[in-house]
Amino acid sequence: MREPRNPALRIALLAASLAVWEAAVRVLRIPAFILPTPSQVGAALYRGTVSGIYLEHIWITLAETLLGFALGSVIAFVVGTALAASQSVEYYLYPFIVMFQSVPKVALAPLVVIWFGLGLTSKVVSAALIAFFPLLVNTVVGLRSADEDRIDLMRSLSASELQIFRMLRLPSALPFIMAGLEVAMVFSLVGAIVGEFVGAEAGLGMLIQSRNFSMDVAGEFALLFILAAMGLALNAILVSVRRRVLFWDPSQKAAANAASLKGGL
Amino acid sequence: MGHSADVIAVKGLRKEYQTLRGTVLALEDIEFSVAEGEFVAIVGPSGCGKSTLLKILAGLVPATRGEVKLHSVSITGPRRDIGVVFQSPVLFPWRTVLDNVLLPIDVQGLGRETNRSRALELLSVVGLQGFEHRYPWELSGGMQQRVALSRGLIHNPAMLLMDEPFGALDAMTRESLNLELQRIWLERRETVLFITHSIAEAVFLADRVLIMTPRPGRITEHIPVGIPRPRGLDVISVPEFGGIVRRIRSHFNAKNGMEA
Repeated sequence: MREPRNPALRIALLAASLAVWEAAVRVLRIPAFILPTPSQVGAALYRGTVSGIYLEHIWITLAETLLGFALGSVIAFVVGTALAASQSVEYYLYPFIVMFQSVPKVALAPLVVIWFGLGLTSKVVSAALIAFFPLLVNTVVGLRSADEDRIDLMRSLSASELQIFRMLRLPSALPFIMAGLEVAMVFSLVGAIVGEFVGAEAGLGMLIQSRNFSMDVAGEFALLFILAAMGLALNAILVSVRRRVLFWDPSQKAAANAASLKGGL
Repeated sequence: MGHSADVIAVKGLRKEYQTLRGTVLALEDIEFSVAEGEFVAIVGPSGCGKSTLLKILAGLVPATRGEVKLHSVSITGPRRDIGVVFQSPVLFPWRTVLDNVLLPIDVQGLGRETNRSRALELLSVVGLQGFEHRYPWELSGGMQQRVALSRGLIHNPAMLLMDEPFGALDAMTRESLNLELQRIWLERRETVLFITHSIAEAVFLADRVLIMTPRPGRITEHIPVGIPRPRGLDVISVPEFGGIVRRIRSHFNAKNGMEA
């Protein structure tokens, strides 16, 4: 049984909560540097958009996020494949992975900025570091998830290990890999912003900090809104890729997987 | 038996497994052969080692002792000229029905284009014409198993191994697939080794039934089935059928969980 759903009610609820927020701030006379009203946030967002100041910083943060995502994902996929393929690779790399995994990657950001400077590179590295693990884990688990009967079938046809990898293990791993990519994308954005917080000349994270220093909390909220929209857009792209690539996966394991992982940060 | 027309010849086959609690004897002194164009069924209860035997024949698992020969050549590993149909269809959900049938062709690099028409022909033999561009998850369990049968035959194997292929299907689908398998076999005369735990299915399909008893798995009797073909579903009421079924059942005690 499906409970009845009303889209109009959903929007009304959202509007009502904004109205309550607006009213509460005005009635309780909360100063704008503590909590601005939604209308002040809207105004700040409008001013920033018209002045064109956001655009340059959005591009920089977006570039950092996407480059970090690409770098982290490629390395995670390659390392994950090696781990899944060879027991001895797993044996020798395991201590490094456990050590690296137990460090909160966010805590490495100051070090990364010292090593790679205040420019784009340090943010890309910071994003890649955070994006790396979710995809690594999912690649290993995915490549090992191939059904035993299907492996037997391939072996009975005298398939080579490479053929089994290409024709069976890799497609079987795709739901896991797509889920890992979805998480890695969100994590990359986190990594880029954290890198900008530590030290940067440009980007949305840098802008948030400068708004913070000048107590422009409405401007800060406007930037948070932009970041949320960016996160949603990036996620939407991956979801549509997943739908295309995994048309054959009726369980959409990837969706459930990604959701549970994202909640973990 | 044992002459050169045999497609498969098994002699003194023994299989032991090493477990934490010691050595388990799974198969002992298995001996049989299957002639060209013959349909042989092996019937036995769950856990009697039927699937282990099939994996040895498919070259997936090595025997501990004894020899298995396909056309007088020892089977030491997987071979290109054996087709296998497993209990579950084992289809690849990202491949269409046609591409699933062509999997052995892709793996063995036999040329997709030349085998495409053969695949379509096999699909029409199993009654799936028009379904070639569907995906496995769009088909019923019975239809999926027909795809698996086509895939087992596409590379023209010397021998088709079937491991309880209809065991997971409902009784009515199973009966109709038994009828179809007989029809296809009568048309093509493939050499088939069919493993099942259903006595009735074995007697219905086979020229010869091998009885396998458990712990350790042994083949205790060969029973020829002389009932003329094509056999219909009403063959159950033929006295000869009942006689053979009773004779087979006498080898198993009630607790072995055999189907009639």
